[in-house]
Amino acid sequence: MDFTYDDEQQALRDAVRGLIGKKYSDFETRRQTVAADPGFDETTWSRLAELGALGLPFSEDDGGAGAGPIEVAIVAQELGRVIAPEPYLTSVVLAGGLVADAGSDTQRAEILGALSAGESILAFAHDEPGSRWAPTASKVTASGSGDAWTLTGVKEPVLAGARADTLIVSAALPEGGTGLFVVDPANTDRTGYPTNDGGRAARIGFNGTAAVPLGVGGDATSVIATGLDRARIIAANQAVGAMEVSLHATASYLTSRKQFGVTLNTFQALNFRAADMYISLELTRSIVDWATMVLVEGTSEEIADAASRAALQTSRASRHIGQEAIQLHGGIGMTAEYSIGSYTSHLTALDHLFGDGNHHLRVLAGKVGDHADVDPLG
Amino acid sequence: MHLKLSPEDAAFREELRTYFTTEIPQEIRDAVAQRRELTKEQIVTAHKILNKGGYAVPHWPTEWGGRGWTDLQRHIWHEELQRANVPLPLVFNSSMVGPVIAAFGSQEQKEKFLPATANLDIWWSQGFSEPDAGSDLASLRTTAEYVEDESGARFVVNGQKTWTTLGQYGDWIFCLVRTDPDVKKQAGISFLLIDMTTPGVTVRPIELIDGGHEVNEVWFEDVQVPAENLVGELNRGWDYAKFLLGNERVGVAPVGATKRVLASAKEWAGDLVAEDPFLAARFVELENELLALELTALRVSANSADGKPHPASSVLKLKGTELQQAVSELVVDIAGPGAIASGAGEGSDLEHWQARSTPAYLNLRKASIYGGSNEVQRQIIARTILGL
Repeated sequence: MDFTYDDEQQALRDAVRGLIGKKYSDFETRRQTVAADPGFDETTWSRLAELGALGLPFSEDDGGAGAGPIEVAIVAQELGRVIAPEPYLTSVVLAGGLVADAGSDTQRAEILGALSAGESILAFAHDEPGSRWAPTASKVTASGSGDAWTLTGVKEPVLAGARADTLIVSAALPEGGTGLFVVDPANTDRTGYPTNDGGRAARIGFNGTAAVPLGVGGDATSVIATGLDRARIIAANQAVGAMEVSLHATASYLTSRKQFGVTLNTFQALNFRAADMYISLELTRSIVDWATMVLVEGTSEEIADAASRAALQTSRASRHIGQEAIQLHGGIGMTAEYSIGSYTSHLTALDHLFGDGNHHLRVLAGKVGDHADVDPLG
Repeated sequence: MHLKLSPEDAAFREELRTYFTTEIPQEIRDAVAQRRELTKEQIVTAHKILNKGGYAVPHWPTEWGGRGWTDLQRHIWHEELQRANVPLPLVFNSSMVGPVIAAFGSQEQKEKFLPATANLDIWWSQGFSEPDAGSDLASLRTTAEYVEDESGARFVVNGQKTWTTLGQYGDWIFCLVRTDPDVKKQAGISFLLIDMTTPGVTVRPIELIDGGHEVNEVWFEDVQVPAENLVGELNRGWDYAKFLLGNERVGVAPVGATKRVLASAKEWAGDLVAEDPFLAARFVELENELLALELTALRVSANSADGKPHPASSVLKLKGTELQQAVSELVVDIAGPGAIASGAGEGSDLEHWQARSTPAYLNLRKASIYGGSNEVQRQIIARTILGL
């Protein structure tokens, strides 16, 4: 039982913080970056690749660094701290994770090699208008056999969909189930737009678009489910980074901003609210660290459970901390020029990527009668 | 970062489980599970059995019965006690006066008191709070005047203590008393041990909202206390009190006991859990928050190697008591109309837990008040962690 980073993990954190933290240390840089397409900094992306950060979760045979979820979580927390717009969660964790789990040897080497090297942006086209975080597809359908398939329908919103060089697409299979396909986005009809937090998403239309099955093909529902669970846990890590900075920015504001002739921390009502934010943050950090460790060696069932628990806590905490951060900042918290509101906007986006608190509450409520208590040590 | 207990710690946990479930009488553990009020005899019996196995005062110096465990092992010990429904070692003895005497007492005091304290041959009461000194403990007014004459050196104690938990069972009471009224209020306080059979000591029960007599007022009228019962130096009592309140990092969050009650509540609710989605959701929220708290407690105890308290430890008492209260509230709701039947006797057709539900809920309102109210905890977080 150990909740601390070893020396190598510490070094990774310092390196990523040195790169990303420095790049976005001035909030204005982040504002300018997200204002122009593709919504992130390609040079920073390349530097992350040089650092080895993009290949962390993939095996060395596939061109990766052969690290694991804890290292990926470290990167995510650092990205969250400066709400960096680089599509790490989308491209590496989610889409890359699916390729690592289900791709053929050739697909893994090609796709993950290029991804790790920073040469190719990958996106997972899964959400459909009307869908709510299911691991299945219904509006995009696949037809064909062997390696010759076509897809028809609309995926939206697809994170990093407009910039992506390669798409991994989920689609309903003719004989039932949901398959995963590799698609060249040049053959799709895509329209990109900004998300609420300055990220990028797209509507992607498929109209008899050529698609190659990922790996052996067939029903990939359980692969998608685990891929989403992994992304939930890493997204929660990103949220922890953003919440930590939100809290500290708020505390610092309370000690410097004067009203009625005194600094705000003269008012106990405000201090108590900040103390409650700290409690939310620390409880969340504990459960997210735990879920990340489950990701290292848990079964897919254990991972699903840990992902839901971490996501539920993170959803509650990120709303609490995000809302209070703006409130305690007062009017300045509402402005786009000042960072704190953007943190809350980003936390809101993270909350809705892979299932919000109520979604996970419902999932957990469905099995609450199956156990007497929850023992994190087994 | 890794999740599993080391083989040594896992074996350690197994050893505790075996001892607690085979050595502590079943009827005592059943009484805890059913949330019955324990008798003095049951508490003493359990404490002595724990002490026999070396499990009553493991955090004391090894010379006086301590075990030299890591914080993580102490955390495991604390959780397993609660998991097995074992009454915890009497906190006044094991966590309060014992460590203070071991750290600051004279050799004579150590020899006289520590073995008896570890074995609960002496039942200690705590005499800190006064009617005008609650969270603002240093405002206390009970005086101890030093007198030296032909009948010896002694303190003469006058004043009143309150909220003295289980004081009706107390053999001795450790008190903070004012020995110098003319200095800054923290600087004139001493730590005194008083035999409760001394003439002039009166214990009066206070009836609480749950109908129980758990706390008392203790009055001192010209109580003669031998000078040798002063712990440490004169006027240094505030330091010892801070040591007492601050050295406890393990067990400040009642995670294990709350988890156990929540698991029982699920059993008591039976089919309701499946039938009422709102109830299921409440279980999930509480279970998840308890999980986050338990993991925070583990994080704190597994990573406090440099001897300094982990910053997150301040979360434990606050959130721990909030969840303890929330679970007791859930049990009242599950009990339904049975929740009003607190006076139902053994002939009642209602379940015992239903009758106990409201007294337990009301009794636990104290948890966010004692040991530094939760408002004081928020103030500590704001000031010492957030720099506000």
